[in-house]
Amino acid sequence: MSVDKSKIRNFCIIAHIDHGKSTLADRIIESTGTLTAREMQAQVLDNMELERERGITIKSQAVRIIYQAGNGEEYIFNLIDTPGHVDFNYEVSRSLAACDGAILVVDAAQGVEAQTLANVYLALDHDLDVMPVINKIDLPSAQPDEVIREIEDVIGIEAEDAPRISAKTGLNIDQVLEQIVEKIPAPSGDENAPLKALIFDALYDSYKGVIVFCRIREGSVRVGDPILMMATGAKSEVTEVGYFGAGQFIPCEELSAGMVGYLCASIKNVADTRVGDTVTNAAHPCAEPLPGYKKVNPMVYCGMYPADSARYPDLRDALEKLQINDASLHYEPETSMALGFGFRCGFLGLLHLEIIQERLEREFNLDLVTTAPGVIYKVHKTNGDVIELTNPSNLPDPAEIEYMEEPVVSAEIMVTSDYVGAIMTLCQERRGVYISMEYLEETRALIRYELPLNEIIYDFFDALKSRSRGYASFDYDLKGYERSELVKLDILINREQVDALSFIVFKDSAYERGRKMCEKLKGEIPRHLFEIPIQAAVGGKVIARETVKAMRKDVLAKCYGGDITRKRKLLEKQKEGKKRMRQIGNVEIPQEAFMSVLKLDED
Amino acid sequence: MRQMELYLHIPFCVKKCPYCDFLSLPATEDTQKEYVEALIREISFYGPKCRDYLVTTIYIGGGTPSWLLEDHIARIMGAVHRSFTVASDAEISIECNPGTVTAHKLSVYREAGISRISIGCQSADNTELKLLGRIHTYDQFLKTYTLAREHGFDNINVDLMSGLPGQTAESFGRTLQSVLRLKPEHFSVYSLIIEKGTPFYDYYKFDAVKQRAGMPTAALPTEDEVYRIGKVTERMLAEAGYERYEVSNYAKRGFACRHNIGYWERENYLGLGLGAASLMENIRYSNIPDLYRYLRESHNIREGLWENENEDLPATNLHADANRITRRGQIEEFMFLGLRMIQGISRENFARAFGVQIEAIYQGILDELKEEGLLKSHAGRIFLTERGQDLSNYALAKFLL
Repeated sequence: MSVDKSKIRNFCIIAHIDHGKSTLADRIIESTGTLTAREMQAQVLDNMELERERGITIKSQAVRIIYQAGNGEEYIFNLIDTPGHVDFNYEVSRSLAACDGAILVVDAAQGVEAQTLANVYLALDHDLDVMPVINKIDLPSAQPDEVIREIEDVIGIEAEDAPRISAKTGLNIDQVLEQIVEKIPAPSGDENAPLKALIFDALYDSYKGVIVFCRIREGSVRVGDPILMMATGAKSEVTEVGYFGAGQFIPCEELSAGMVGYLCASIKNVADTRVGDTVTNAAHPCAEPLPGYKKVNPMVYCGMYPADSARYPDLRDALEKLQINDASLHYEPETSMALGFGFRCGFLGLLHLEIIQERLEREFNLDLVTTAPGVIYKVHKTNGDVIELTNPSNLPDPAEIEYMEEPVVSAEIMVTSDYVGAIMTLCQERRGVYISMEYLEETRALIRYELPLNEIIYDFFDALKSRSRGYASFDYDLKGYERSELVKLDILINREQVDALSFIVFKDSAYERGRKMCEKLKGEIPRHLFEIPIQAAVGGKVIARETVKAMRKDVLAKCYGGDITRKRKLLEKQKEGKKRMRQIGNVEIPQEAFMSVLKLDED
Repeated sequence: MRQMELYLHIPFCVKKCPYCDFLSLPATEDTQKEYVEALIREISFYGPKCRDYLVTTIYIGGGTPSWLLEDHIARIMGAVHRSFTVASDAEISIECNPGTVTAHKLSVYREAGISRISIGCQSADNTELKLLGRIHTYDQFLKTYTLAREHGFDNINVDLMSGLPGQTAESFGRTLQSVLRLKPEHFSVYSLIIEKGTPFYDYYKFDAVKQRAGMPTAALPTEDEVYRIGKVTERMLAEAGYERYEVSNYAKRGFACRHNIGYWERENYLGLGLGAASLMENIRYSNIPDLYRYLRESHNIREGLWENENEDLPATNLHADANRITRRGQIEEFMFLGLRMIQGISRENFARAFGVQIEAIYQGILDELKEEGLLKSHAGRIFLTERGQDLSNYALAKFLL
């Protein structure tokens, strides 16, 4: 069976969050008859419950569509959906590498945003042809002409004949389909060369083992072929190849150059199949792997503990299961004096963390206590050792520390000119170093800053949104490590240090952070029979203190006419409040308190 | 013969006070009359069913029972005596509010066998009375009190309310001092509670939260002040010879309210009238709380079954709820109601009621509360310490299983 490469189109859809990427994907799938309307659940590609709720794509997805074009020919479309968040930049880049072109969706009311630019640059980096589409033209605030001019001016790609569509209503989707045929190039590649296939995703199936999503660059692969993963060195034999139906895997005989599909080879461990790796034929390997592979490393760490310590094994099993489909999730056991047995987990970013946390709670029904997330610090010791610090509790004695480094990102913030001042102030407050600013057009500026990662992982997004009334958008890349004056801030509750509340902070911010932390905790810790001092300390020196006063007196209601139900309810409420508590010494701390450090800037 | 108490609810007030969320409302004379007829029908219906019981206490509560025409009270009491077996030494109380009581009413109460008068004084400070929306002044209370004494009532309770907006230990001390001069036999001292659905809730809800959290307040006394008010109350009443026998109740020797003690010791009690609560042989009932439905249903009172998840309970069409208290519920109630009594609970009574020693169920809790200085045991009894009384919600909640 040979497929005419000229009739294949491999493409993805890129967009700023909420500009309608997934909705457009749905319409394309729907209008080509891959699914009947009845089978169609809104946003087919975002099939994880969480993805649908948050309106973002977490895992890459792919689907094959047959399209009858206006010229009478039949085309195979392989639509590869890409994750839509800066946390998943690497996944995005690998998905892009599997495509030959990209549809750029721009919201007719919002125009070009920071992520729009970042995604376009990423697509151009992978030599993709970018085909703009103006979405949401049915909105009253839509300004399609304006947005087209913006795409041409700001991005510099031609957009005059961009389809003006409403993915929601299905308006002008036919134009999009026709342009896919016209504007997105057919794949190239020699099917007789040794196999060279790019892994852009993988998922674990309990029957088939790991299912590898790949784009065949050169050569071909069929059942029985011995294969080799070039980066990990894992070898196995292909048991199945196929392509992506809507929501199902359809086996076929062979995948050859230009095609997008999957292969199974009884691989038990997802860690053997890294996104970005090259699959080749073990008997006839290609000379060089495809470029661009890198091992992704977590950027953000936090401790995760079961609220009920008896469920530690359940948490371990759940993490194991999640990691099978998410190689970027790292975890290792740790023990906290305050929280007992748990795991130190590593994530690509805060969104990734939140997603994992929610999945653990929802899909595995676990009640979690999560400690404040932190970044990875490099600790240079006086003896020359360098430690990568993920848990503040493991910080060596200050006497053994020569100096410390923290990760710094290059950030691009796009904002309307009215809010430039506010955003620069925000960046300044977060220890940002100003790099440059350019006006992309009269009313819109692109500001570049270098910011310490630990200043943006907590609430930078929220602060950005509130200070720009939602008009700023943001993207970042890890730049590297820089030397910084950092200290460990400890929290003592009733004179006992609570390890799970310690965190690393920039030296000059320690006092302010400590003060806020104490205030916050004062509000979180219920009153006890005795007075509870809450102290923040750096290197054993107390820098801030608050006190939770002791309980003295309950007010007593009249218990009328023997109606005791109200009394019972009152007592039950009192008792209920005790349930989500952690015992530290003789103080009971609500589990929420451990996350409270995150919300220091709320007020 | 088994024993029981009788509670009769009169849900009418001249005017609803802005802090009150009990079942009470203004009503015309016709409605009052109609209600009394309904209540008498209910009394007549239940009496024969309680043939095996001796009624040891009767409490006519409200609302403002003293607002009713005296004839109504006489007829209600007449119906009670015709339908129930009432002990010859029964304690029979009626609640009276100043401004609604006359000499003639009091003499009718005497004739009807009522032995105890409970007067809603609340404060000796007219500004506070006004703030509370009461219809009377302190002078009117004094007149009512004197009138009751003149009619031979030798068992009088005075209701006082602490924790009012702007109140301090000193100002509450002045109220106590004024009332103490009258030497009533009994004091009930409750805190003002800011209840949802009342006008006071709108004014003071945030203040109430602050008060409970121990924060500075705007109008309500702070928790510290509430504590001081409590201490002043305990000290002044003790010095005047009143014994605190329950968290909020103080009495001269021999004058503790038997009816109320019955609630804490889980005696049988039958509550009749709108929304009244009953506990009969470990089933808790409550009556219909809607006046017009209650009146309608009372024309044809009949027995039926109250369907619950596990079991159908004997009930009537006047009931709005019926629940059998499980063994666990009984144990919890035994503790959190019994420990309101200053003398606490009897270890022996516990063992007799539940067939196990108290430690078999509460060892850990008892140890913990003792450790915290909130509870003690002595001579076969277990009781809260003074600090335990101060923090009774905290302590009692521990006994929920």
